[in-house]
Amino acid sequence: MSIKDKTAIAGIGLTEYSTGTDLTEWALASLCIKNAAEDAGITVKDIDGLVKDIDDGWDCSYVQKTLGIDNLLYSSESHWGTSSMLNAISAVASGTANNVVYYRSRKGATSDKRSPSDYRVAKETMDDSISILRIDFYEPFGLVNPVGCAAMIIQRYMNEYNIKPEQMGSVVTGITEYGAKNPLALYTDKAVTMDEYMNSEMVADPIREIECAKGVDAGIAILITRAEMAKDMKQTPAIIMSAAQGAAMNGEFFTGYNQEKMTALPEMVSMGDELYRIAGITAKDVNVAQLDDRFTPMVPMQVEALGFCGAGEGAAFCEARSLPINTAGGSLGEGFMDSNRIVEAVRQVRGTSTSQVDNAEIILYAAGAGGPADGLIIRK
Amino acid sequence: MVEYVPGIPILKPYIDADNKAYWDAVKEEKFVVQQCNKCKNYYQPPRPMCPECLTLDTMEFVPSTGKGEVYSYIIYTTDKMAYPAMKIPYAVMVVEMEEGVRITANNAPDIDTDEIYIGMPVEVTFAKIDDDLTLYQFKKRKS
Repeated sequence: MSIKDKTAIAGIGLTEYSTGTDLTEWALASLCIKNAAEDAGITVKDIDGLVKDIDDGWDCSYVQKTLGIDNLLYSSESHWGTSSMLNAISAVASGTANNVVYYRSRKGATSDKRSPSDYRVAKETMDDSISILRIDFYEPFGLVNPVGCAAMIIQRYMNEYNIKPEQMGSVVTGITEYGAKNPLALYTDKAVTMDEYMNSEMVADPIREIECAKGVDAGIAILITRAEMAKDMKQTPAIIMSAAQGAAMNGEFFTGYNQEKMTALPEMVSMGDELYRIAGITAKDVNVAQLDDRFTPMVPMQVEALGFCGAGEGAAFCEARSLPINTAGGSLGEGFMDSNRIVEAVRQVRGTSTSQVDNAEIILYAAGAGGPADGLIIRK
Repeated sequence: MVEYVPGIPILKPYIDADNKAYWDAVKEEKFVVQQCNKCKNYYQPPRPMCPECLTLDTMEFVPSTGKGEVYSYIIYTTDKMAYPAMKIPYAVMVVEMEEGVRITANNAPDIDTDEIYIGMPVEVTFAKIDDDLTLYQFKKRKS
């Protein structure tokens, strides 16, 4: 039994992306789900399943109260990136429910404005899943956040393969060139130049501030339905060829330092292998990729892990612009949501991207670089 | 070395039955690593069951040589990202121990943040942070 081609993304719903909204996460979640139904041309009452990430947004039962959904045939939540998508897809493919919405609502920009001395409070209320891990072996030493934890992996990677800062800079210039064309990329007015990159501030050396996703206040909903149902809805369906997660031995949320070769991103390798196996394709067949760019130096490691090039070749691969990556400007432009890159993958299928790739047939989405990974391959 | 800002608490480990022996040893300024006495594999972070033998009662904490090499490190350079109880810039290192496990800790006062490099030989030392908390750090190693 395979989930290949059984389901499709039939609707996407967004709220405004903002640097601070008065709306609660409950309101944002309600609004984006309503918008996803509208996008697909169905009513909110047709939604019979809801899934969310455990660490943000409001519980499904709250959203049910605002949307007036009488009964949910399926609801769940799971950890890590966008792995809840897999729940939604599985529920639809198995026939448990028909129209399942995966939603994420976060006030990332509002959280970012808290002062460092509010750290403990912020940590308990922000999405950072670090709180659910055994942090005992990192926090007492001041290694307290994803940026520092990721920088540890990046330092080792740059040293192992002698990666020059300019090569990491080319990832930023490339992604922000796309962001500059996307009006929703509120944090990217214009593309970053190499000079700006090289002169930018280090925050957790070797990571620069310019390489870190900004927080954004937003809600994003993605409606999954059966592929044959999606054909009769309003939009061009994005057929889900495959969906998978990867969770490797000794993996942690950016602190899998006891993995034998942490810079190979073992979770991303196993997730990618599974994506290709289910879809029956190889990396060569992928036309566009939407990769995890919460910290952009993780992008070269991902293109290696996902088989686009060999070990140590990822930075040169990005520098050569060998594949369109994060064509909406990624998390640098639209802010950190992960699912905004699923939305861009869908735009590429629909032909509505502000950086539309010609003949974009097959699009790969990945999340969770440096920790448990998840991803999708979609097509027209 | 790391310097602390008075008045802001250090985040302390959450101690339970799975890691108590580790932190008790640290308090006595002894550095131990977890080992399964059946398969002899070493583990970090400590865990209640050996993933090789699937046994609970074979897991022990044994003395480490305390010696290792820097596997990776980072330097927090701005208040925006650093933990406010520690003065910037401060470094955090991952050290690959002779036993093979990798341990995260700060550099001792004899190592400046700008002299850390991957492959640097280091060994364990201890620092009493406050009445309740002793932490291990890494200092330069000659042999």
